Amino acid sequence: MKATTTTVGNVTIIKLDGKITIGSGDTQLREVIANETAAGRTNILLDLSGVTTIDSSGIGELVGSYTTVTNRGGKLKLLHLPTKLNELLHVTQLITVFEVYENRDEAVASF
Amino acid sequence: MERDGERIEITISSRFENIELVQVIAEHLCENAGVDEDGSHWIGMAVREAVANAIKHGNKLDVAKKVHATFLLRGKELEITVADQGEGFDPAKVSDPLNPQNLMKTSGRGIFYMKTFMDAVHYSFHPGGGTSLVMTKNLAKGSGIASTKA
Repeated sequence: MKATTTTVGNVTIIKLDGKITIGSGDTQLREVIANETAAGRTNILLDLSGVTTIDSSGIGELVGSYTTVTNRGGKLKLLHLPTKLNELLHVTQLITVFEVYENRDEAVASF
Repeated sequence: MERDGERIEITISSRFENIELVQVIAEHLCENAGVDEDGSHWIGMAVREAVANAIKHGNKLDVAKKVHATFLLRGKELEITVADQGEGFDPAKVSDPLNPQNLMKTSGRGIFYMKTFMDAVHYSFHPGGGTSLVMTKNLAKGSGIASTKA
């Protein structure tokens, strides 16, 4: 998995590309979020448009990321959910937890 | 790997990077059986979760221990067995990830995935050690999460 970080105002946008699966992308995501929050950047927008595969470990890391950021007083929101990830968030009922956006400007303005 | 008509078997060592080998077999088998891309993806995902559990929770990442997967296609009935060499577990102790108390847990969704994407999931535990997971799916039922039970 590749993570590319950009900043718009007070929002850190992290674009994830590739797989978020057990033993690879899941630990990388954890490290990326840990680094951002440690640096005091806690308004995080995850752009998931480039995610090709996500398994239950990857979903678990999304949940863990949400908790990590929230515990730091910040917000973590999702942008551009791929169709299959959207279905997984619905079936796991996690869609009720995450704020999801399709428009980047709207997402940034929501923080 | 052995392929004999509608039966495919593969044995891997307990490394996460081997999961995809088994997943790809599942997806190709489904596609060859006429299942669409989405349906093949979800069955492949169920297999991924089964193998990941076997490696992590069954064999506890011991690379000397093996995971054996068997795919058996009879008509449109697909039966997938994933066996590890671990000590087993109590399925009754697996929590429901949809319970509001468990919603924010970072783990515990693998078996839920399998039950969601497949028609039936059963475990058997061998006296000498090892767990066998058997998943079945009628490929004629359609594909995708919407057509599977939650």
